[in-house]
Parts: sequence; C-alpha cells; structure tokens
Amino acid sequence: MLLARLTEANGAPGQEHEVRDLIRAEVEPYAHVVKTDALGNLFAIKNPQAPGPKVMIAAHMDEVALMIVGIDKDGYLKFRPIGGVDPRILVAKTVVVGKKKTPGVIGSKPIHLQRPEEREKPFTIQEMVIDIGAKSKEEAEKLVKLGDIAYFTTAYEELAGGRIKAKALDDRVGCALAIRLLQEEVSFPLIAAFTVQEEVGLRGAGVAAYQVEPDLALVLEGTTASDVPGTDEHRQATSLGEGPAITVMDRSVIPHPQLVQELFALAAEKGIKVQARRSTAGGTDAGQIQLSKTGVKVAVISVPCRYIHSPAAVMCKDDFEGAYQLVKHYLARLEERAGLS
Amino acid sequence: MKAIIKQLTEAFGPSGYETEVVGLIQELIQDHVDELRTDVLGNLIAVKHGSKEGKRIMLAAHTDEIGVVITYIDDNGFLRFAPIGGVGITTLVGNRVRFANGTIGVIYQEGKTEWKELALDKLFIDIGAVSKEEAEQKVRVGEFAIFHREFTDLGNRLIAKSMDDRIGCAVLIEAARRITQPKNTLYFVFTTQEEVGLRGARTAAYGLEPDLGLALDVTLTGDMPEARRMAVTLGQGAAIKVKDSSLIAHPRVKDLLVKLCEANNIPYQMEVLERGGTDAGAIHLTKAGVPAGTISIPTRYVHTPSEMVDLRDVQACVDLVLAAAQADLAGII
Repeated sequence: MLLARLTEANGAPGQEHEVRDLIRAEVEPYAHVVKTDALGNLFAIKNPQAPGPKVMIAAHMDEVALMIVGIDKDGYLKFRPIGGVDPRILVAKTVVVGKKKTPGVIGSKPIHLQRPEEREKPFTIQEMVIDIGAKSKEEAEKLVKLGDIAYFTTAYEELAGGRIKAKALDDRVGCALAIRLLQEEVSFPLIAAFTVQEEVGLRGAGVAAYQVEPDLALVLEGTTASDVPGTDEHRQATSLGEGPAITVMDRSVIPHPQLVQELFALAAEKGIKVQARRSTAGGTDAGQIQLSKTGVKVAVISVPCRYIHSPAAVMCKDDFEGAYQLVKHYLARLEERAGLS
Repeated sequence: MKAIIKQLTEAFGPSGYETEVVGLIQELIQDHVDELRTDVLGNLIAVKHGSKEGKRIMLAAHTDEIGVVITYIDDNGFLRFAPIGGVGITTLVGNRVRFANGTIGVIYQEGKTEWKELALDKLFIDIGAVSKEEAEQKVRVGEFAIFHREFTDLGNRLIAKSMDDRIGCAVLIEAARRITQPKNTLYFVFTTQEEVGLRGARTAAYGLEPDLGLALDVTLTGDMPEARRMAVTLGQGAAIKVKDSSLIAHPRVKDLLVKLCEANNIPYQMEVLERGGTDAGAIHLTKAGVPAGTISIPTRYVHTPSEMVDLRDVQACVDLVLAAAQADLAGII
C-alpha cells in the first residue's frame, strides 16, 4: 500500500532522497515531466505547455527526526531534534541510525535511580542518549558518524475503526494525496510539487513556487488533531473522522478567502464532510507559496492526525478519502471552467 | 479630511478580509489617479504618472486591522477565538467585536479567571445566542471579526479604532487628491495583511520594482503619564523613521525627508521605534533591494480600539508626501 511505503521511508529535512526516489517512481507513469531542483524539491508536471490556469498541488517530503551530535566514551550517542519534537515522547523509543540503519534505543536514567525531584519533571533532550549497544566510542564510530540521522522505526498498521497508525504522516499523507491526484485527467497544467525542508522553516516551498509561478496552489498536509482526553473542546484544532480540515488562518498564512469559500461550498454540494481548522497555531508551505513573486492564491487542505510529530500518529482513512474527493472535485471544477473560457 | 478618516476607521477590514476598505478607498481615489488595479493578495495599486526625468516611488499604507477569528462555538452559543495580529489582552474584557455581516458581540472572561491569569483561551464572545444553532445562523467557525468602536472628534485630536493604519490610508488619499502634476511617478499602494507579517507589501513591491519605497504608518509616542521613554510627541509633526525592528531607514532617504521638511516648513520629529515594523521592512528587501523609509503618524494607544492622532501631524505627513512627489531624486537614489 502506497501510504505504508511512504511512511516507512525515511526523510529528514535536507535528506529526503529515499522518499523522493519512491515518489519519483510512483509519479513517472502519470507526469509528462519529472524533475528536481537545487534544493531537492521534486516536480511532477502534467500538460506543461497547455493553456489554462497553472495549478500547483504541494506536499512536503521531509519529516521530523533526530541528528547525532556527539558520541561519548562509552559509545552512547547524543542527539538533537530536527524540526519540532516534544522530548517527553522520546524515552524508550526504538530508532535506526545513519546509512547502515544501525538499530538503537533512546535511553535515559531509569526510574529507580532518579532522585525524587527528577521524577517530577520530564527528561530533557540533553539527558537522553541513543544506545546502539556499542561499548566504546571507537566501536560506535564504526557504525555511526556525527551528523547521521536517527529515525523512528514505526511500522504502518491498520487499527480498529478504519484508522491507521504510522510515523511521518505529516506529510506523507499529503504526498500520497498528490500522487493519487496526479492520476486525474486534466487538460490544464498541473504541477505536483513535493517539497523539502518544510519542518525547519518552509524552505523548499518558496523556491518551488518561484520556479512554478502557479496561478493557484493547494497545499496538502497532515495537521494536528487534538480530540484526545484532557483537551477542552474549544482547544481542539481538528477531530478525527470529521473530514479533511480547511485552514482559514494559521501563523504562516491567511488563505485566499474566495478559494476557501469555494472549497466549503463544493464540499457541501458533493456531500463531502469537511471541518474548518479551529486553531491558528502552526504553519505550512502555503505561507511561502502565497508570497512568491507577485502573490499566489492558496488554500490548505489537511488530514487530521493525532500525536503528530511523534513516532506514531493516528489518522482516519475516511478523512484521507474525503481530502482526495474534495481536491479531485475541485480539479474537475477548474477543468469545467477552463473549458468554458 | 475628518469625514474620510471617520469613514475609513469605521470600515471593516481584518487582515486577509480588506475588501470593504479597499472598495471604499477605490471610490475616494478613482477620479484623482491615472490607473487603478488590485492584485492577487488584494492590494489596491493606484498610479499617478510623473514626468520623464522623475523616479518611481511606492507609497504604502496598509488597509488591514487587527481582530479575532472564531475557532469554536459551544452548545450555549458562546464563541471562542484566536487573535489576528498583535492583540493585547488587557484591552479585551468588556470590549466588543463586529463581524462582516454586522453581528456584534461582547468579550468576557471565564468565571474563575484571576486578572493576572488572563489568557486568550480563558476568554469568550457572547453574541446573544442561546444555542449553538442560533449562533451558527450569524457566525461560523473560521469567521473574522474586528474590534467595534465609533470614531470620535475631539477637535485637533481624533480617536478611533484602526487609526493603524487607516490614518496612513487617509494621508495617501488626501495627497493623491491634491497632487496635480507630480515630478515622480507615484504608486499609491493600499496594502493587505500587514498586521500578520507585512505580506501584501512584499508581493506588491515585487511587481512594482520601485526606485524608492515609503511606508505611511503609525508610530508610538512617549508623552503619556509614566510612558516608556520615546522622543515622539503627539502634535509635534510628522515622524521620520530612523529605525524599527523591520527596517533601518536608508540614510539618504531619511536625510531627504528631513531636508524636505526643513525646506517646506513642515513640522517633523525623528523616530526610533524599539519594537514594531512597517511595510517598508518588506519593501526594502524586495529583489535586489529598494531604498526605503517611513513617514510615521504619531499615535497614542496603538492596537487598542481607541487610537489617538493629532490632525496637525496628519497634515504634516500629507505635506511631506506632496514634497516627496515633487522632489528631485537624481543622485539620491
């Protein structure tokens, strides 16, 4: 299954090659042009020379991960997060490190050795290590070098209730949507941009939009679902199973009001369940794309994911399908309009 | 000019949803400029052509204002919200908001909240609905609102919401109406989304590639009781920006503005703003760079629903824009 292969592939910001190779093979049958740029963004283009609106669908390939920044004399690896990682979720998770995919475990001082005051507060990143079993610095250095990336090892699995669990759903879920949408028959130029380095500051998307010069861009994302115990209802950004979320504002962007209205109206017309994203926190590639050159119409459509930026996120398959249907119908609407003009 | 300021400051225009303000400005300015257009981000660009030897000046004032966006509606019809732009929490409790369709609501705090624990997620908006269903007839999740307040004329001094930056818009409108044959080509740009990160100005400047950029925006003053020290005083003239967090004014642009004030007897004061930014911050970093500066309108109580300006400062800013329109910029930029 595509989403399983995508989420089990590894791609830290700036090191997206494994994900990119996988996507390239998937999109080649459907795109007239497939190319990459200097930052590593991957473009799959349909009808590059056709008239009509130039439509970009964008999803980022990178995921949050850990970078090895030190190896101590006993062979333990020190690390730092790349992108937003909550240190409290890390202890005892399994990882693979570097090109050789050396297995390891995130270790910390065991509870029976902690002083009472230490038990009161969670471990910081500085207090954790990755244990690859090496007994000395020399032994560890044969397997791992500084700058290597550690990834979570979570396998994709189907859960009860039509839900799935995986790592890196942010934003392989968007990549999977874009790959599927590229299979739609359209006559206008459709550019799927698989971007790099979103998690460290929306870096790939800006240069991608600069090259593409789209008339309109739809950013496909995995976003935080906070319908979990202990969260006040009014503080939940999205809920699982309530359909894809449409953004009205976040830290990076206020999407084009008319486009947002069109998407809500289209969803109502086609009977697709959607929700307005009920938080203004977070940012997406849309922030950079909107401000490219003389400006671009953008909207953001997200699949809600619980426990995002953690080793295991949970997503509802119906929400994914809803996002696919919504964008598919929107592309069809653009096709109708292009035909009329 | 007061009538225009009243109209502009009472209009609805939270960041991203500025069309009402833009439409109003379009009406006020269309008979006085050579070209008029809007762009993808909603910026209104009005052009007045200059002479052949003139340069191209982008004059920017932003149309958007701070506000709130609705994030949740509970079963009893109360709304929760997130801020749009720099919303100070101390001005919120008991304040009113207005939605695009005219619905008005009052902001209040959850019962058990101590004043010092006040946070945005402890506040709610009451629009008088008794149920979620009733509330949803008027307002949906994702809808934008502004702080509702009428314009007040105190004589020389005026109070209104969104003086930041409708007063800058008023300065540009007045200047556009009074200039007949400018030496320099003038792009009056009424920008969008300034309050959320100087966004409209960025794409507008990219398209225009001006020789010189000038933002017209409000600045703080240091003349109230126990105020933070700042050498800007209400009523002492146009403020010429030296720096803020978004821009170090180009030295030659700053000097030019000072010289124009001296030559035309325009009252002015120098402004160093320690925190805050204007559209000039986005303009000066466009493409290969644009020399830029800011003409500021001294304003008390910025980002509250009662922002106060002095009409004499506003006039001084208009005069300075008129002088810049006719200035010989050869050798300066």
